[in-house]
Amino acid sequence: MSKTPLTREQIAQRIAQDLPDGCYVNLGIGIPTLCGNYIPKDREVILHSENGVLGGGPKPAPGQEDPNLINAGKEFITLLPGGSFSHQADSFSMTRGRHVDFAVLGGMQVSARGDLANWKVPGAPMGAIGGAMDIASGAKQVFVAMTHVTNKNEPKIVHQLTYPVTALKCVTRIFTDLAVIDVTPGGLVLRELALGFTVEDVQAVTEPKLTVAATLRDAIRP
Amino acid sequence: MLNKIIASLDQSVADIPDGATIMIGGFGDAGMPEGLVQALIRHHARHLTLISNHAGRGETGIGQLIRQGRVRKMVCSFPQAKSATVLSEFLRAGKIELELTPQGTLAERIRAGGSGIEGFYTPTGYGTEIAEGKPTMTFDGIDCVFERALKADFSFVRARRGDRWGNLTYNQSSRNFNPPMAMAGRCTIAEVDEVVELGAIHPEQVVTPGIFVQRVVKTEKPS
Repeated sequence: MSKTPLTREQIAQRIAQDLPDGCYVNLGIGIPTLCGNYIPKDREVILHSENGVLGGGPKPAPGQEDPNLINAGKEFITLLPGGSFSHQADSFSMTRGRHVDFAVLGGMQVSARGDLANWKVPGAPMGAIGGAMDIASGAKQVFVAMTHVTNKNEPKIVHQLTYPVTALKCVTRIFTDLAVIDVTPGGLVLRELALGFTVEDVQAVTEPKLTVAATLRDAIRP
Repeated sequence: MLNKIIASLDQSVADIPDGATIMIGGFGDAGMPEGLVQALIRHHARHLTLISNHAGRGETGIGQLIRQGRVRKMVCSFPQAKSATVLSEFLRAGKIELELTPQGTLAERIRAGGSGIEGFYTPTGYGTEIAEGKPTMTFDGIDCVFERALKADFSFVRARRGDRWGNLTYNQSSRNFNPPMAMAGRCTIAEVDEVVELGAIHPEQVVTPGIFVQRVVKTEKPS
């Protein structure tokens, strides 16, 4: 069988399947934002935007954009019935106070015990943190969406972070173009594979040893 | 009679001295008190410490103040390399100090500063470079870092409506940093779209009660 990594859209679609009805979710920039397009129609998932919007809706129709209604990525959005605005300290109380159920974030590196690096590359003079640290350390569960390896083919799932830390021991599940991996107290558990990939293929580009789940299956099922 | 209405943007910032610490509201362009920032640019004050989520976009706003060499220190969470170009250049030249703080910690430090709380412990940032040199403590197994409150001599906020007592409402997500900054400023100046009569804002809808606001000035550019 040919090896078929998941596309960005497929990673987002796969993550959306794991967001249950009625949950509060913060979506980071990049692949995480795309998850909003794939929430199953029979589920109500309430989006939290850290700039102070709870219950954000889809993009406005052309001509309906309002510069006072944006998300954390500074994109124009709408507000769903039931949505609300809050100031910055209250909005971050929602994440820092562990009220947000899931954060879906991009990642540069994740360690075997779930430490996350995603805010700057080593040696960058400035680095923009934004809400990354508050959200990673405060959400009840942190899902990371990223490619499995860097563009130099180096593993992003590593024994220990070499990139600047965003938050320690926060990641609960990793979704890549090759696999779905759980971070558990016993180590990393490989749960799903992209079509055509073997356990050995994924282990070869993952530093820590993977335990294979008894229920191992395809990430995208035809 | 309590009347906090000021006739012009320039007049509202006229007494800002050299060395002042100023908070500036907004997230991107949303809720940014642009008129007050422009008035500050026209004003002479130097050696400023600015506290804002972002650090300016190119050569405009906060970027322009930095370019003029009038900012001693910048406290912010999101100095994005492609927009905070002037800050980046001044940092490399060693001509400005940068205090980077996570966005929620920034908001909470500001709320604490306006609430008589001098500091607090939070898990955010524990084990990261922003915790370096700060006290840490573990509560019920949760590792935390100590963060100091932030206060300002002046806070610039952007609001939708304001009355002569200083009561404010905001415009959707433009609320962002403005209410906590209003609380943390010894002199808070609100740039408003509309100045309204007392009572025109329903008491259940007042977001920032007037006690936190010292000056209200009408914007030249309603949002």
